[in-house]
Amino acid sequence: MRVMVIMKYDGQTENAAVPTPEYMEAMRSFNEELVKAGVLLAGEGLHPSEKGARVRFEAGGTSVIDGPFTEAKELVAGFWLWQVGSLEEGIEWLKRCPMPDDSPAEIEIRQVFETGDFGEEYTPEQREKDEELRAQVEGR
Amino acid sequence: MSLSDAHRTVEAVWRIESPRLVAGLARLMRDVGVAEELAQDALVAAMEKWPESGVPDNPGAWLMSVAKRRAIDQIRRNEVLARKLGEIGRNLAADGEGVMPDFDATLEDHIEDDLLRLVFVACHPVLSTDGRVALTLRLLGGLTTDEIARAYLVPESTIAQRIVRAKKTLAKAGVPFEVPVGNERVARLSSVLEVIYLVFNEGYAATAGDSWLRPTLCEEALRLGRVLAGLIPDEPEVHGLVALMEIQASRLRARTGPDGAPVLLLDQDRGRWDHMLIRRGLAALERAEALDAERGPYTLQAAIAACHGRARTAEETDWMRIAALYAGLAQVAPSPVVELNRAVALSMAFGPAAGLELVDELTAVPALKEYHLLPSVRGDLLVKLGRLREAGAEFERAAALTRNERERELLTARAVAARADT
Repeated sequence: MRVMVIMKYDGQTENAAVPTPEYMEAMRSFNEELVKAGVLLAGEGLHPSEKGARVRFEAGGTSVIDGPFTEAKELVAGFWLWQVGSLEEGIEWLKRCPMPDDSPAEIEIRQVFETGDFGEEYTPEQREKDEELRAQVEGR
Repeated sequence: MSLSDAHRTVEAVWRIESPRLVAGLARLMRDVGVAEELAQDALVAAMEKWPESGVPDNPGAWLMSVAKRRAIDQIRRNEVLARKLGEIGRNLAADGEGVMPDFDATLEDHIEDDLLRLVFVACHPVLSTDGRVALTLRLLGGLTTDEIARAYLVPESTIAQRIVRAKKTLAKAGVPFEVPVGNERVARLSSVLEVIYLVFNEGYAATAGDSWLRPTLCEEALRLGRVLAGLIPDEPEVHGLVALMEIQASRLRARTGPDGAPVLLLDQDRGRWDHMLIRRGLAALERAEALDAERGPYTLQAAIAACHGRARTAEETDWMRIAALYAGLAQVAPSPVVELNRAVALSMAFGPAAGLELVDELTAVPALKEYHLLPSVRGDLLVKLGRLREAGAEFERAAALTRNERERELLTARAVAARADT
């Protein structure tokens, strides 16, 4: 299965300290571990929201709201896409993610919806058929 | 933490850590089977401890230290045994490690070399194909025997037996825990790539049964391929294989319709292709081609898959290039199946008559007598040439030969359609 790991800032920390070289190095080596384990599919970091915008949809049409989004509690700062065997495996990888300092932080991990292809998204019908077939094989 | 939560966590940690654990232990113990058992012991210990104590901060190190303790116990027992047999002086002195291997000359330093050794040993040609596949998934994929059995739709005991047998065979043959060099390396690497691609294909098109896809195996094979590419980045064919698998896997979700019936490549909705995997595949292909302009069989197949991956519509497909790549493939890896594919490419580039000419030659090849794609392709070309009666007969033959239920339905439907149009 694939999971998306979403790093977030809040409106306060978005423009805060520049990451230390130590943190950058720890992150580089964590990414390298992920690649070597065949886990990392893609990942990007995002500029602060002052360089972004929001498009608002309303009955009358669309309007554009320029960043920064200071009112926001949570702003997406970057993401990874990982290939893992289970959510638990993703969580175990995530626990190893280096952090810039000791201040409390949360990183979100979510399962990517994949229609009828990989892993757990295997449809119940397919699963049932495979289970039946397996029962037949075992019964031989 | 509940017991079942704790067990799921242990399993997740296991999947991450076990290949490195087994690889490190195998170097110390010089026996993959023993290493795997020690690692298993550590897993059992974790299953007992972690639900109470919680998962340690560095679970991999915890598992390794438990396994190392057991390894030391085992070596001591063996020494006592050896002493009793009066062989201690000779054996241990000859081995150059009278007391203990240096466990703390940190395993981490060598872990990548050890992983690579483990790859080569698990895919050793002395093992049966089934044995190589099971051992590779077990030791390098970190899958349980039950997970492997589920993926292959066989009883768990079958997989357990294959693994036991494979470990015995390795021990009996005295296969050293080494990365092969020179000509042996070439042959052994091709065995490794073959095992990975076999796993992928088992998932990609299940040859038996009525499920068109077995996705877990595709995922596993891709992951193993990516790991291998990290371990030996200078081998072009490893990147070629990864490219091939990434691009093929990009089509997984487009290959079946909503009713579960297969959708052929040219009919697929390309919007449903996984463009991230295509990009990854094209990047891997570039790496392969940069390392070696003389493309090997996997790189050539990847280059062919890339022609499809790059085409935004089926009509944009560069069939001339595909036909040329198949001609190249026929030179480095001659096979009637490659010729059949070349015939399809020729028909797309130069018209159905050009393809049929080559297909007709292939009907005489004994290796293709039972191959359902030959009559299937021939039927397809005959339809295009308006020879519908003959086409219907070919589709029926193909339907009788395929072992995939879904494909049989598709072929039978084409036979009926061809006959209805006559």
